[in-house]
Amino acid sequence: METSFALTGKGYVIIASDTTAARSIVKMKIDEDKVKALGPHLLMAHSGEPGDTLQFAEYVERNIRLYNIRHNYSLSPSAAASWVRRSLAESLRSRHPYSVNLLLGGYDVPAKEPHLYWIDYLGTMSEVPFGAHGYGSYFALSLLDRYHNPDASLEEGIATLKRCIDEVAKRLIVSPSKYTVKVVDKDGVREIEV
Amino acid sequence: MLATANNSLIAGRTTIFSPEGRLYQIEYAMEAISHAGTVLGVLAKDGVVLAAEKKVTGKLLDLTGAKEGGYGGSGEKIFLLNSNVIGGVAGLTADANSLINHARTIAQRHLLTYNEDIPVEILTERLCDMKQGYTQFGGLRPFGVSLLYAGYDPQYEFQLYHSDPSGNYSGWKATCIGANNGTAQSLLKQEYKDDIEVKDAIGLVLRVMSKTMDSTTLGSEKLEFAVLTLDPETKKPKAKIYRPSEIDALLQSEGLKKEDEEMKP
Repeated sequence: METSFALTGKGYVIIASDTTAARSIVKMKIDEDKVKALGPHLLMAHSGEPGDTLQFAEYVERNIRLYNIRHNYSLSPSAAASWVRRSLAESLRSRHPYSVNLLLGGYDVPAKEPHLYWIDYLGTMSEVPFGAHGYGSYFALSLLDRYHNPDASLEEGIATLKRCIDEVAKRLIVSPSKYTVKVVDKDGVREIEV
Repeated sequence: MLATANNSLIAGRTTIFSPEGRLYQIEYAMEAISHAGTVLGVLAKDGVVLAAEKKVTGKLLDLTGAKEGGYGGSGEKIFLLNSNVIGGVAGLTADANSLINHARTIAQRHLLTYNEDIPVEILTERLCDMKQGYTQFGGLRPFGVSLLYAGYDPQYEFQLYHSDPSGNYSGWKATCIGANNGTAQSLLKQEYKDDIEVKDAIGLVLRVMSKTMDSTTLGSEKLEFAVLTLDPETKKPKAKIYRPSEIDALLQSEGLKKEDEEMKP
């Protein structure tokens, strides 16, 4: 079942999401990328109602791009997260709300620090050192409580992420088989293999 | 029919090109500003300095209410637009008040949406979009106001912008608007150094002001003054608009205070 994790470390944020697209009890696809690069230093994992997720993620991506083009000024992770939160909060109060849960991570270039935001479909937002959505979060959060280190190197961060993935594989009845993992740091966004 | 034709003639007058390809209303507005009180800004490495000349003063004008200033110490010509931007205005005060009101609204709306202070250029640009609108749509006259924006944002750090009634804006290291702006600009061109610090910029601004203002006196009744720096503790921008007593103390310490016997109580 749908699961996404994210954690920060020394100068980076790692975001991971499973790659299944399911409908009812059927897996329709096992190579869906649910972590979107919103800009040169911004990543967002999206999960929730199929259809809503992609629609909302693309809406966010294009609005952030438009802001960059119009103002020649890139939104900081905090500003982008605030805008996304407000969009979801406005959507919730409309006739057709999006049901999308997000993990938004980015590297603030002027301040030289990583930031991670946990956002849900109700428009709740919280800046966190690590976070998770979906059934996997019940297993991952306790592990992250125990093993997360904000000053960890990228290798240590990936090792902590692997613990989460392995635990979910071991304990969750319908566990995802594959994950996309992306990192954002001072050099930008890249995908890594775990 | 005739009435309509007349109306469109009057309404059109503000927005149409002359046969020579000029927009006279905008040029007139700029002309009006070049007689207004001088406003001068200097961008330094660690801050921005603004000074403004108050034109109309007289013994009978009641200034007792102006001692404490408005929001953030705002006076007649220098205003706090947001916690990270100070504005200095030259031109029609009534038009300026309306622009400042808009600027503050724009800044607060940005804060609401993005939970961060508005970047300086975006505020400038948004205000200029409005100024431009008034040069194109029927039945309106342009704002008779030029502004200097002294601000800070984390991406581009300290900045100084100037905007005029046409809606043009540009960034500067040091510039001047209002009366004698030509003299002031050539003085600034001679004396500005690229790595100037705030404490030297304050001196430079006051020296240029004292030379360009064609009055025998120089004191808080004729001058407004503001500095934007970073708070060394919080690393957040700190806008300081000087109060009258602080301006007098500053002029005294720079040795530029010129008293007028007639103005004494």
